[in-house]
Amino acid sequence: MELFVFVVAALMVLGGALGVITRSNPVHAALSLVLTLFGIAVMFVSHDAQFLAAVQVIVYAGAIVVLFLFVIMLLGVDQTEDVNIEPITVQRPLALIVGVGVMGIVIAAVVASKDLLGHRGDGLNATTMESTDANIRQLARHIFTNNVFAFELTSVLLLVAVLGTVLMARRVKSNGAGK
Amino acid sequence: MLSVVQPTSSWYLILAAVLFGIGAFGVMVRRNPLVMFMCIELMLNAVNLTFVTLATALSDINGQVVVFFVMVVAAAEVVVGLGIIVAIMRRRNGITADDLSALKG
Repeated sequence: MELFVFVVAALMVLGGALGVITRSNPVHAALSLVLTLFGIAVMFVSHDAQFLAAVQVIVYAGAIVVLFLFVIMLLGVDQTEDVNIEPITVQRPLALIVGVGVMGIVIAAVVASKDLLGHRGDGLNATTMESTDANIRQLARHIFTNNVFAFELTSVLLLVAVLGTVLMARRVKSNGAGK
Repeated sequence: MLSVVQPTSSWYLILAAVLFGIGAFGVMVRRNPLVMFMCIELMLNAVNLTFVTLATALSDINGQVVVFFVMVVAAAEVVVGLGIIVAIMRRRNGITADDLSALKG
């Protein structure tokens, strides 16, 4: 059963990822990205990370992809990119070498540590995982005790990001000084 | 019969590596800045999958805590990046990254 879930989720992830890099229409690429994000969420559930799976669906598939689609619609959906032309001559072979190289290095590292990772692992305190909200309790305890300073910093980060975006996207009044 | 082979942590890590490679390839090849951003999201998700897999394999919840922070940073990054793209596209008509060869607005 777990093998079946893994295979289906892996097909979703890889199919969506290939769709993102091959579709010439950015709307199709964004919808392929949704497929990948849902596959990742399924894998989070199979790793007993229910809270992160919910956040993945809400934040990524909900907010971020909708933001992407919003900007695509704002800039014009008809501007498809011709994926067949190659502006820099050896860009694609070089990119393929780098991409496959990174992939190969990481896979080699995983295979080399097979004795550590070759089993499924005990999971997170398997005795307490019986209750349905064990994951979110454990996560909340660690975020609000050990990592509370980083948690506060993320609120500052979000505030700065919102203010900066509003400042950038604001239309400059034409009667002001300068331009 | 189907439960003879169980997916181990290595399988998830290899899948994450493949996803990261696809994302890196896409960032280098695609010229639409929006699609380049989506490929960056692919790479971030590959890293998140690695963290969650190792959190389970090593029985350490801190892997999931890191993923929580990565998601917050990714959301902020997308907001700022799309704001920059909209601000650039308002001044020029070009859609690809090749059109952005000059810093002057």
